[in-house]
Formats: sequence, structure tokens, C-alpha cells
Amino acid sequence: MAPALEIHDMTVAYHRRPVLWDIDLQVPECKLVGIIGPNGAGKTTLIKAALGLAPLASGKVEIYGKPYVQQRHLVGYVPQRESVDWDFPVSVHDVVLMGTYGRLGWIRRPGRAERETAERCLDQVGMLPFAKRQIRQLSGGQQQRVFLARALAEQAQIYFLDEPFAGVDAATESAIVELLQTLRSDGRTVFVVHHDLETVREYFDYVILLNMRLVACGPVETTFTPESLQKTYGGRLTILDAAAEAMRQGDPGP
Amino acid sequence: MIALSLSMKVTLGAALLGGVAGVVGAFAVLRGRSLVGDMLSHAALPGVVLAFMLTGSRQLAALSVGALATGLAAIGLMTLVVRWTRTKEDAAIGVMLSSFFGLGVVLLSRATRSTTGGNSAGLNSFLFGEPGNMLNSDLLLLAGVGTAALLIVTLLFKEFKLVAFDADFAASQGWPATRLDLAMMALVAVVTIIGLPMVGVVLMAAMIIVPAATARMWTHRLHTLLLLAAAIGVFAGVVGSRYGRGVPAGPAIVLAAAAMFAASLLLAPQQGLLARFMHTVRLQRRVAQDHLLRSLYELAEPQPQETPAIDFESLQADRRWRPARLRRLLEKNQQQGLVTLSGGVVTMTPVGLRAAAEATRRHRLWELYMMRVAGAAADHVDRSADDVEHLLPAAVVLELEAELEADPKLAFAAPRVPPSPHEIRAGEGDR
Repeated sequence: MAPALEIHDMTVAYHRRPVLWDIDLQVPECKLVGIIGPNGAGKTTLIKAALGLAPLASGKVEIYGKPYVQQRHLVGYVPQRESVDWDFPVSVHDVVLMGTYGRLGWIRRPGRAERETAERCLDQVGMLPFAKRQIRQLSGGQQQRVFLARALAEQAQIYFLDEPFAGVDAATESAIVELLQTLRSDGRTVFVVHHDLETVREYFDYVILLNMRLVACGPVETTFTPESLQKTYGGRLTILDAAAEAMRQGDPGP
Repeated sequence: MIALSLSMKVTLGAALLGGVAGVVGAFAVLRGRSLVGDMLSHAALPGVVLAFMLTGSRQLAALSVGALATGLAAIGLMTLVVRWTRTKEDAAIGVMLSSFFGLGVVLLSRATRSTTGGNSAGLNSFLFGEPGNMLNSDLLLLAGVGTAALLIVTLLFKEFKLVAFDADFAASQGWPATRLDLAMMALVAVVTIIGLPMVGVVLMAAMIIVPAATARMWTHRLHTLLLLAAAIGVFAGVVGSRYGRGVPAGPAIVLAAAAMFAASLLLAPQQGLLARFMHTVRLQRRVAQDHLLRSLYELAEPQPQETPAIDFESLQADRRWRPARLRRLLEKNQQQGLVTLSGGVVTMTPVGLRAAAEATRRHRLWELYMMRVAGAAADHVDRSADDVEHLLPAAVVLELEAELEADPKLAFAAPRVPPSPHEIRAGEGDR
């Protein structure tokens, strides 16, 4: 059985400045995976690269043993909440319906089946009573739930969530975690960019520790250790920093 | 083709242009790209003049190709400047817009000088628009392009909506997000350019931006917004071209659209100035009434009775009301049957007492909540409760009760509903 996500020798650069160096990792299916690392460690970039949204300078990404392009229908995505304009003239229901667009394909409009899917997903995140609201009228936690419902409507096998707990109230956070755990027990694999180190052991059963390069990847019990945390957050990776800066400047260096 | 009078042709053309520009402009406005349309139309001028110099005709089709060429060149240069220098997008747009327009005006003055009279006179109309010069073929081109643009928007509505709202998410589903984005902008470009002879390069951007910006004030749904923007564009086109006698039609059309924008600013629901003003007034009234009722209740509290009477002076002193204002307020409440005022004594009616008790209860519930949950100091809660309590919806008041019920010190007797004296049958309530 191929792993849910496999990344080979992947390097990603923005404006010629490498953000992720030579990442190699495998994650088996049916895991709730935390992607952990300091600011600027490339957590969002890792997700975007896996989703084909950031160009790879080298390496490859495989989902269940095949390139992402062939497996897109297996993947659901929750982008960062600030990445969209919440003033956009759509209702909560409209946004969740967008999760079904990928399956619909060109020109076909969502029909009754899609609308029912959207309603079911809204119900799962407890937002059904808000279906007709304009999205601007939602709180941060409610916006996050709507994004999650939209990803659920994609009916994916693997989910990537970018900071789903940022600016979210405690009730929403625990509701989301509960939902993610349900997804995992239903055989899904869920990747979550996460900031709060205190809750890592409680929420996740697998971690990817990242700081421009892969520090560690494995089950929480054996991987989320003080030593690997020290490696992730401790000493700045001055050599990588200097190398990246040099590449950006285009100087070969002294 | 049926022979149309010139004024009929102009009206038809202006309506078509207004409608199509409203629809495609909506996507530009929602994507925050309003100024790109402006840049495009200004940058089209050198292309129009160059095309005329090369071909010697002022057929719209030929001029449009030239316009499109320099317009796209400006967009390309702008993108490069933003990507490779530290210039921000708005500055880059400003640079391209003014340089290309300047170049256009210089070329235009050369073109009008070198060819004598007649033929080139039509070119000047590209500055501010002159629908009177419209040819039959121009109208046909406008109709053709307009229909095609509307058809594309109708077919790709779902795709455009998705990309306009969240391009990354669209790309993650495999949609060619960049190309769809470009298609949206290309529609704006094409519509801008066929509109140039009618409205002119200086004002064409208004046709793209104003209808959509106006429609946005009236609706929160994308498809309604598109329909409304189209309607506003058509209306502006018709009104501007029919009733703008003696003035150039282009500016008249734009002014008609601007008038609707201004009217919406005043009248639109929720976001309109009038609606906001009314909302503030209603809130102030409600706050004043709540304050009055609470004062009355608190003054009457020491000696509870069925219809408490409080003298005007002590009521006035309680909140330091201005006497005239208090009198007006009391009269209003008298009309509502909450109090009666006679001979310097204010008497609460039973209904008034009930309302006063309710207002006081809301206030105190919120104070208690703030003290217990938010840890506010006792001498501060009065003010902060005052800010919120008037807005508390009934559902929140119920939540507050539930929250505070656990505290044994607070016995909140929820209003008890007696059991129904008769049997309740299903469906009876609907009759």
C-alpha cells in the first residue's frame, strides 16, 4: 500500500530564494498529522507545494503513489482564513457549494445533489443555521468552520488545513479537532499547520517538524521530543540562511 | 439591416455597452482591479491613433486591434515593473496610464496635423467619446462582442465566481486559475475597447467600475449583483444618450451612472447613509426609552406598588435630564401607554411597569455577567452594561439567564407560563 503522502527530494523557492530544502518524507494513511515549526519555516509552503500551488524547484510529490495532478480528486484544502476577501458577495451556502465544483467539471451547475452535500457539510460543522448569511457577517471561528465545511464538501481522502486554529475561539477549536479526529477514524489523512506546541500531543498522532528543511517526521510519541524540538526551534540554521541570502543576491560568496 | 435613425442607433449602442460593461466590470471590481480597466482604456489611445495612421480608416474593428495591442502592452509592462522593481501596483498603474495616454495625445496631434480635415476628425472623439459618429458596422460589432461576452460569463459563471473568490482553492481543485483570471480581465479589455468611440478613453473606466460599485451596495449575492450592474449600465446608457442634449453623450452617460451611485449611497439598505442614520436614530430612541424606564423602576423600587408614581423633579435629577428633553420623552411614552404625566407626577401604567422591569432586568443581568465572567469592577459595570444592553437580542438574554442561573444567590424566576386550560390539538394554531 502506497503512503498517503510521499515527498522526494523536494526544494521550493520563491523569487529565487529557497524556502524549503531537500524535503524527504512519507506519511502513512489514516493519520492526523501536525505540521510544526517556527514562523518562516515553510509550513504553508509545504502544503502549497503538495497541492501543486507552489512550483517545485526540484523533487516530486506523490499522493497514494501517483503524482498530484492525477490524484487531485482525493485532496481537500482549507487555505488560511485571511487569504480571501470576506466582503465578497456570496452566502455561506455558496462558499460551501464551491467544494463540489471540482467534481462537477466545466460549465455544469451544482444541482440538488450538490446542494444537499453542502447542507450536510454545513451541519457537520454546526453552521447550518447560518447557511443564508452573507459571509461578512461571520465571526472568525464561524468563517473557519465554513472553510472546513467547504473542504468536507470536496469529499476528499486527504485534507490539508493551513492554520485552522488561528484567531478561533476555544469552542470552535475543540469542535474542529473533534471533527478532524472523526475524519481520521473514517480512514482519512489530515495535515494541519499548527502553532501551539502545548496541544500537539493531545491533537495529533503524527508530526512533521520543519524549519526550512525537514527536522523530523514520525509518530508523536517517538518524534515530538525535546531534542527534535530544540533542533526545530533552537539554534537558527545560520548556514541555510546565509546560503539562501547568497542565492538571492546572486553572489557566489567569498 | 433595418434602417435605424441615428439617435436610435446611439441609444441602442449606449444601452448595450452599459449592460455588458456592468457585467464584466463586476468581476474587475470584485477582484480589486478597477484601475486596470482605467489603465487599459487610457493606454488604448496610442494604439487607436497608430492603427488609424497605418490603415487610414476609422473602422472600429481596425482601431480596436490597435487599441488592444497598446492596452495589453501597458498591462504587460506594468506587470514586469511590479515584479522586477519595488514599485507598488498602484504606482506602476499610474506610470503606465499617464505615459501611454501622453503618447496617445502626442500621436493624435500629429495625426490630425498631417491629414487634412474630414477623416481624422473622428479620432478626436476617442478622447471623450462621440456616439454621433457611430457607423452601422460599429453597432454590429458592439452587439456581437457584447453577446459573446455575456454568453461567456453565463457559461463560466461558476468558474469565474470560484476564481474571483479564492484563486488558490480553485487551483487546488485543478481549475486553470491563472487562465480563468486572465479570461475575466480579457473580457474587461475587449469591452473597454469597443466602448472607446462612444465614451472615450478618459471616461470608459467609469462604465466598468460605476455600475458594479453601485450594484454592490444593494445586494450580497453575486448573480443579483451582475444583473443589477447590467440594469444600471443599460439605464445609464439610455438616459445619458437620450436626455443629454447639447452635451457630449459619453460624459452624459457617465454622469447618469454617477447619479445612480450617489443615490445608492444615500438610499441603499444597510450600507446607505439614510439607512445608517435611521438605524442610529432608532437606537438612540430605544436607549433613551430604556434609560427612562430604568430610572422610573429604580426610583419606585424602594416602595413597590402596582402603579408607582414618581415626581418629575426627582426623575429629572436621577439622570440629570434636560427638563425639555425629559418632557418630550415622557410625552412619547405616554402615547405608547407606558406612563401618564399629570401635575408634575409621573405614574407608570401596569404595562409601563412591566416594560421597566424588563429593561432593568436586562441591565442587571448584563452587569452581573460582566462582573462574574469578564471580571469587570463593580463601579465600572454600569457604564459598560449601558453600552451593550440595548442591543441584546432576546436569545442572548436567555443565554445570560442560563449562565447566571447556576449562581444560588441569584434567583431568577423565569416568567412562568401556566398550563393551557384546554387541550392543544395539532394544526389548530394555523387557523
